Amino acid sequence: MKLHLKIWRQKNAETTGKLVDYTVEDVNPHMSFLEMLDHLNEKLILADDEPVEFDHDCREGICGQCGIMINGIAHGPLKNTTTCQLHMREFKDGDKIFIEPFQTAVFSVRKDLKVDRSAFDRIISAGGFVSVNTGQAPEANTTRITHDTTEAAFDSAACIGCGACVATCKNGSAVLFTAAKISQLAQLPQGREERTLRVFNMVKQMDEEGFGNCSNTEACQIECPQNISVLNIARMNYEYNRARILRK
Amino acid sequence: MNTLTRKIIMCLTGLFLCFFLIIHFLGNLQLFLPAEEAQKSFNAYSHFLSGNPFIKIISYGLYACIIAHALDALYITIQNKKSGGAFKHDKRDRASKWYTRNMGILGFVILLFLVLHFQNFWYYYKFGSLSLDQSGNKDLYTLVVISFQQWWIVLIYVLSMLALFYHLVHGVHSATRTLGVFHPKYVRWIQKTGVLYAVVICLGFALMPIYIYFTY
Amino acid sequence: MKLDAKIPEGPLEEKWSVYKRTAKIVNPANRKKLDVIVIGTGLAGSSVAASLGEMGYNVKSFCFQDSARRAHSVAAQGGVNAAKNYKNDGDSVYRMFMDTIKGGDFRAREGNVYRMAECSLNLIDQAVAQGVPFGREYGGYLNNRSFGGVQVSRTFYSRGQTGQQLLLGAYQALMRQVSKGTVNLAAKHELLDVVLIEGKARGVIIRNLDTGAIESHAAHAVVLATGGYGKIYFLSTLAMGCNGSAIWRAHKKGALMASPSWIQIHPTSLPQSGDYQSKLTLMSESLRNDGRIWVPLKADDTRKPNDIPEAERDYYLERRYPSFGNLAPRDIASRAAKERIDAGFGIGPLKNAVYLDFSKAIHNLGKDNIKEKYGNLFDMYYKITGYDAYQEPMMISPSAHFSMGGLWVDYELMTTIPGLFALGEANFADHGANRLGANSLLQASVDGYFIAPYTIANYLSDEVKTGKISTDHPAFQEAEEAVKKQIQQLIDINGNRTVDNYHKTLGKILYDYCGLARKEAGLLYAIEEIRKLKEDFYQNVKVPGNGSQMNAELEKAGRMADYFEIGELMCFDALTRKESCGAHFREEYQTADGEALRNDAEYQFISAWEWKGDTTEPILHKEALIFETVQPTVRSYK
Repeated sequence: MKLHLKIWRQKNAETTGKLVDYTVEDVNPHMSFLEMLDHLNEKLILADDEPVEFDHDCREGICGQCGIMINGIAHGPLKNTTTCQLHMREFKDGDKIFIEPFQTAVFSVRKDLKVDRSAFDRIISAGGFVSVNTGQAPEANTTRITHDTTEAAFDSAACIGCGACVATCKNGSAVLFTAAKISQLAQLPQGREERTLRVFNMVKQMDEEGFGNCSNTEACQIECPQNISVLNIARMNYEYNRARILRK
Repeated sequence: MNTLTRKIIMCLTGLFLCFFLIIHFLGNLQLFLPAEEAQKSFNAYSHFLSGNPFIKIISYGLYACIIAHALDALYITIQNKKSGGAFKHDKRDRASKWYTRNMGILGFVILLFLVLHFQNFWYYYKFGSLSLDQSGNKDLYTLVVISFQQWWIVLIYVLSMLALFYHLVHGVHSATRTLGVFHPKYVRWIQKTGVLYAVVICLGFALMPIYIYFTY
Repeated sequence: MKLDAKIPEGPLEEKWSVYKRTAKIVNPANRKKLDVIVIGTGLAGSSVAASLGEMGYNVKSFCFQDSARRAHSVAAQGGVNAAKNYKNDGDSVYRMFMDTIKGGDFRAREGNVYRMAECSLNLIDQAVAQGVPFGREYGGYLNNRSFGGVQVSRTFYSRGQTGQQLLLGAYQALMRQVSKGTVNLAAKHELLDVVLIEGKARGVIIRNLDTGAIESHAAHAVVLATGGYGKIYFLSTLAMGCNGSAIWRAHKKGALMASPSWIQIHPTSLPQSGDYQSKLTLMSESLRNDGRIWVPLKADDTRKPNDIPEAERDYYLERRYPSFGNLAPRDIASRAAKERIDAGFGIGPLKNAVYLDFSKAIHNLGKDNIKEKYGNLFDMYYKITGYDAYQEPMMISPSAHFSMGGLWVDYELMTTIPGLFALGEANFADHGANRLGANSLLQASVDGYFIAPYTIANYLSDEVKTGKISTDHPAFQEAEEAVKKQIQQLIDINGNRTVDNYHKTLGKILYDYCGLARKEAGLLYAIEEIRKLKEDFYQNVKVPGNGSQMNAELEKAGRMADYFEIGELMCFDALTRKESCGAHFREEYQTADGEALRNDAEYQFISAWEWKGDTTEPILHKEALIFETVQPTVRSYK
């Protein structure tokens, strides 16, 4: 296949970027999208051009490091799929593909297609944990948790932190990410003790980072590689309202 | 003020307005009565509303809600415009419905409609010189009938109700989300109720001018 | 050099208790005077950094990924072992110890392995307390599944994302310490060298991957939790960024490397489909619980799998290993697949795969049951290949996965450099010559949560009086200069061949000659080829850009430079071990029916290699393995 790529090139965080045209030939339909970029980079390097920087690591859809706007859609045309799991068979010979970073007000570009998602780490460190030190844990089976509760908590916990929810949200909101963690820990007895403080602190941190407000368009769930449910957002709101009512 | 507080303000003011719409709707159902009876009871009803101090307090609450809802929305929308990504090639809209993304525009349309609506009826009722009906109440009913003889007013009202419909469908859904209803079963149920509510209210309101236009 | 493993005296089951009882500790008031650097934020790195932070030490933690949560522990799918015996099927710490020792083909230390099995009990408790959503039964109690190489159910799991959930638990514990200020975490930073002062590890040289800035960081102890080097084969189940550079640079500073050639080739990964391919995705071994592996009885059978009748299928694992069947350990399952593929029975477009069939399980248990257990794996398979595994069998093939080898460490997980610790996959310790499934998450966690906090404290207790270590010491300047020089050297070559091209070539050499099967001639040939390739690299590699900017190619080039040397050492190690054990299968040493032939009389030792410079052959040190409790037997899964 032959493809026409329009790729966002930006030297570093301080400069502004622009779309640059590239043409790649002999693209194999079984290539993953990132392998296609590898293929392009190989050519660029040998032609004394600067290769395109993009984030990636595990290439099996679980580390959450990859993430590109492909033709204006977070992680590309397949729903609930990471960029690394997207294969070129989804495109046609001669296609024009726009390749842009997950850039929002909070996710600033570091270089080319790489963005800074450290705000997510700060949201977690504001309260996305159970305060238990190493070595204090009671025997695991003393706390019974029903099968359904565990499965539901797992569904919330499956988030890979890729940031597609923020990129795809017209408001650049991070509530799906934040809510998934709040919701996971609120559902489990282990996390319930500190639920009040957790929801206050995490929401506060999310705001301080400068993420937008949720307007429930629900696009985030559609593009989320893990199909994290928007009902997590409802649960976060519940937790917040509950905390607000019970606050002393 | 944090994002969830802003959301809860949107939610509570919105729900109050939704509640008001029910009352307003039930009152206006009198327009569907036979003309003479409608005139009598509608005017009496209007008189009752305008004279009652309790209703007055409620109405101030209502104005406050409209203003708070609009200002909060304006603030949120401006903030969201800044925080959202802007892409050279943007197809993000494939993942959501247009009306969920354009609540601001729908709201603005409704706001414009409200200005017209107030000017049409409320302003005349308060400050205009309306004739009195047989019972000595201001004859708002006739004003309504006369207004809805103009096809373009009917059209504006019908289109506005369409905007209101979409605004309500997403608004009620969003409000229950903000309240924190997370159980899938009830979410489904409430969502359906919300749509039913929006259909009944908006269709009902839209039928009023149409009914009057065609029956007089 | 005399290698002292420092295994505590006493009966096997008391060694760890004895150690904990007698280890020195540091007064809480003194802990904040002590700095510890932790490299890597996988399960081992996150858990040790969090644990040390909780104890009150000053911890600096680094990872090369853009967030600590992305370390490759995240990708482990199937589960984590623990001898809880919740299934009442006869499991115990001792049985788990036995399974692991046997699974590792009697090439691991009894003391270490027993400790790992013992600590497995606490790990499950710890993870549950952190909110890790392990699979549960309807009554609310924890559930287990069985895994390759054992006959009990002791594997705890979170659907097919156990590694992710365990890692997030550790990551969250780490972020909690970050918020408390006890841990200073820097993502997007890569270790380039370890700094020694008077023979002790005293700091590291780090490159900021965003800006290219070279930084020095000093500490009283340095912990490497940087994972394995299986990515050396290029095509592997590992992440693109996984590399051996941290441990290799420590090795070049004096830490011995143990058994580098013991690399596990995982039997159930997706087959290679073309040259462009950058990675082979793993399909969890847990699939073998319900999936049956087969190839057609007829060579070069081109029929669709569902068209091949039952009688014309060769369920070769069930045939060769009736008692373990499809749950034979990884090394055996991989080799059996290779045997069938090499004999011409491979399937798929490149004839390089075997079938993993779920039709019987779907028929017996129902599709919903299979979906709940493995749904995400089936989805992943569909996304990558475009085939629906509920309808037709998966195609799988062996792929490089886990390095049992790594930095030599003693019982305290300390390398031969005092103050330099290696945890998790970065060390060689507990798996012997073959790792059992679901033991890697366990080892990484146990090292980080339960072992290193004791042993590092024991080391640090002597450092209380040392005072702050300064990066002004000439050793830091020297190391910084060396690192900068290497970066400049790589950029200045400005040749005409990309790093990936070298990596693929090296990977092919190693896979062919130092992979599933090795023999003397092949290994000698591989050493020659690697040397030639390395020479070519230093003349013709092309690294664009410069060192003072974000430069992914430069990162890869630095790792590549180390891979040549690691690859060469792997071949040396395989060459000198004239026996077959676990993942190390020397064709010259096999039984009549093609099974591994171990030589306990001459090779019951750990090979620990000492770096002697670029042009000199490495020196082999032997740490004899002493078995007091178990008697090494022929490892049979028949």
